[in-house]
Amino acid sequence: MTKAADQESPTVALFVTCLVDLFRPTVGFAAVKLLEDAGCRVEVPAAQTCCGQPAFNSGDRKSARGIAKSVIKKFESFDYVVAPSGSCGGMIIKHYPELFEGDEKWEARAEALAARTHELTSFLIDVMGRRAVDTRLSATCTYHDSCSSLRELGVKEQPRTLLNSVFGLELKELEQTEVCCGFGGTFCVKYPEISNAMVSKKASHAEATGAEMLLAGDLGCLFNIAGKLLRNGSKMDVRHVAEVLAGMTDTPPIGRPPRRGDIPVEGGAKKASSAPTAIPAGHAARDA
Amino acid sequence: MQSTSPRFRENAGEALRDASLQRALRNIPTGFIKKRQKAADRMPEFEDLRDAARDLKNRTLANLDFYLEEFESKVVANGGTVHWCSNAEQAREAILCICRLVGAETVTKGKSMIGEEIGINDFLEENGMTPVETDLGEYIIQLRKEPPSHIIAPAIHVNKEQVAEAFFEAHQDLDADRNLDQPTALLAEARGKLRERFLAADVGITGANFLIAETGSSVIVTNEGNGDLTQILPRIHIAIASIEKVVPTLDDASTLLRVLTRSATGQEASVYTTFSTGPRRAEDPDGPEQFHVVLLDNGRSEMMGTEFQEMLRCIRCGACLNHCPVYGAVGGHAYGWVYPGPMGAVLTPSLIGVDEAGHLPNASTFCGRCEEVCPVRIPLPKLMRHWRELEFRKGNPAIRFRYGLKAWALLARMPWLYRRIMGLAMHTLAGWARGTGVLQKAPLAGGWTAHRDMPAPEGATFQNQWRAHVARNRDSGT
Repeated sequence: MTKAADQESPTVALFVTCLVDLFRPTVGFAAVKLLEDAGCRVEVPAAQTCCGQPAFNSGDRKSARGIAKSVIKKFESFDYVVAPSGSCGGMIIKHYPELFEGDEKWEARAEALAARTHELTSFLIDVMGRRAVDTRLSATCTYHDSCSSLRELGVKEQPRTLLNSVFGLELKELEQTEVCCGFGGTFCVKYPEISNAMVSKKASHAEATGAEMLLAGDLGCLFNIAGKLLRNGSKMDVRHVAEVLAGMTDTPPIGRPPRRGDIPVEGGAKKASSAPTAIPAGHAARDA
Repeated sequence: MQSTSPRFRENAGEALRDASLQRALRNIPTGFIKKRQKAADRMPEFEDLRDAARDLKNRTLANLDFYLEEFESKVVANGGTVHWCSNAEQAREAILCICRLVGAETVTKGKSMIGEEIGINDFLEENGMTPVETDLGEYIIQLRKEPPSHIIAPAIHVNKEQVAEAFFEAHQDLDADRNLDQPTALLAEARGKLRERFLAADVGITGANFLIAETGSSVIVTNEGNGDLTQILPRIHIAIASIEKVVPTLDDASTLLRVLTRSATGQEASVYTTFSTGPRRAEDPDGPEQFHVVLLDNGRSEMMGTEFQEMLRCIRCGACLNHCPVYGAVGGHAYGWVYPGPMGAVLTPSLIGVDEAGHLPNASTFCGRCEEVCPVRIPLPKLMRHWRELEFRKGNPAIRFRYGLKAWALLARMPWLYRRIMGLAMHTLAGWARGTGVLQKAPLAGGWTAHRDMPAPEGATFQNQWRAHVARNRDSGT
């Protein structure tokens, strides 16, 4: 697919994803910036919550359908829907049509939404025709492919193409890059020992690259790998790929202490005085 | 075979702490995975062939009764016998009956997962016979008195020192000071020992990779040649196979063989691909006097017409095991019954019940690598998810988990309440991190924080910040 000729500035609805919304808002702002830089008008539908994947993968099809219906209703009027996640993107693109298979009222709507929904880096390249971003970052990075991006959506080259355009950034590939990090949604808490074995391998492959930073397009994987690297006392930083592509690396890497005054608060003003808790000075010490 | 699948968690924990198993499992990525990839890359039409394999299995399953009856009529026309067995007990009895009729003492066995499924070795032993596994891997685990841990590499969990130990223990008639350090020495010793057994056997039992309806043949795919000696030398050959192994024609078998060996070991063809059609004829120089096929259902016909019918396409190549990160972490024994890995996670609950094997389809991250490599394109994650749905409808997941999930799903449909509650929760969690960026402990996340830190939320949610941002822009007229 190339840039739609009649869509110089399409309206894109950002599907924020619950993890970005709740845990890492920086990724949301980075996604908005990347989309706007690509010429899109970005809207953030207010009533969005979750894509329904936890229910779907836990066998609660009824709840999953309920959530999917509300997502379809809220997002179907936009030109495109973009998610900074292969996992949530994959849920809408691959599994919504499956959820409503044979449903006269909803199947066509689910398929129409699926056809307009994209993972962020894939949207920038495959739909908007971008090949580069105008950013610099002097760092050696490695990229972890999330299973859903890689296998459900076929996203592999797109983030690498964009990362290679970041001035000063060197990309080093992970060994066994196609292997799951062991997150798996509820899997990581239902089978913690197996999940730990998997993420331990991933963390050691990441360290073996010698890169300073690990990037990926899904917060689930990122939290899992970052959590393991932190527990291991690793110096490697972990960020969502959108943060680097948008040049928004001022916020601390995932799981690193915020600098004094950096806690974003409601209203958007970055003032430590209105932060929910006092931030102790000299926050470098982290319990191992 | 008695299942230990309900203890999957404990089994997995033990496997993770088993250093020699972990060493063995580390070889899978460089072995099977690379070899399969090379074989697939060498064949431009490999993906098309997978489609063809899927379609021909679907066509066969749609007319399974017809092909099975055609197969039987051809076997009978060739002078053989088909024994229809609806469960493991009937299959065991059928085999015992044949063995008794010829007064069998030694029974040689080629590798057969159906043999494991019906527990034939223990049963023959209980009835005074001596079953001898002749596939090297199977022979090793028979000596070690354990089940296979992989469907095509049964002793993948065993290292060569452990093999030597088993041989010293079992072959006490040989020189106790002999050197068994080298794999070649182990191989030579096994070959010598097994040769005696091949010649002494009264009955040979093999599995079947395929049964061919148009000819009444059974097909085995092996690399050691033990299967041929098992089925040709004794007076009786019994092929044991489950009903979904039938394919219509020799051409169909060829199509499946082409994807089977490449997916399994990366070979273009296995060293031996042997077709057995009926007992020895007058003009044949060798072959068994009798040819029996024990056809096992054991729950498979119940899968027909359900979502799980797709699982009956499986040709037992083992690629899904080799590519599964969960199998790669814990190995095959943790799964607790005959079939491990993703194919086992779908098939086992069908055969022994989901109450017994409910863990198996749950212990997956849905990474999708199994489906990506399956030669007959079985949607394994989708089928595992289907088991979870059946479980959920029965009310099986733990109450706390169910309520948590339901509460989340309900909240997800009440955006305004969701935003309020989650906004507060994130502030609280951010506060608990006390400026360290991580949480060492968090409610309901003990499984997470036992092994890793939990990155703390940044503070205010994106949506709340975004609304403020939009309002500010509006106020300032931008």
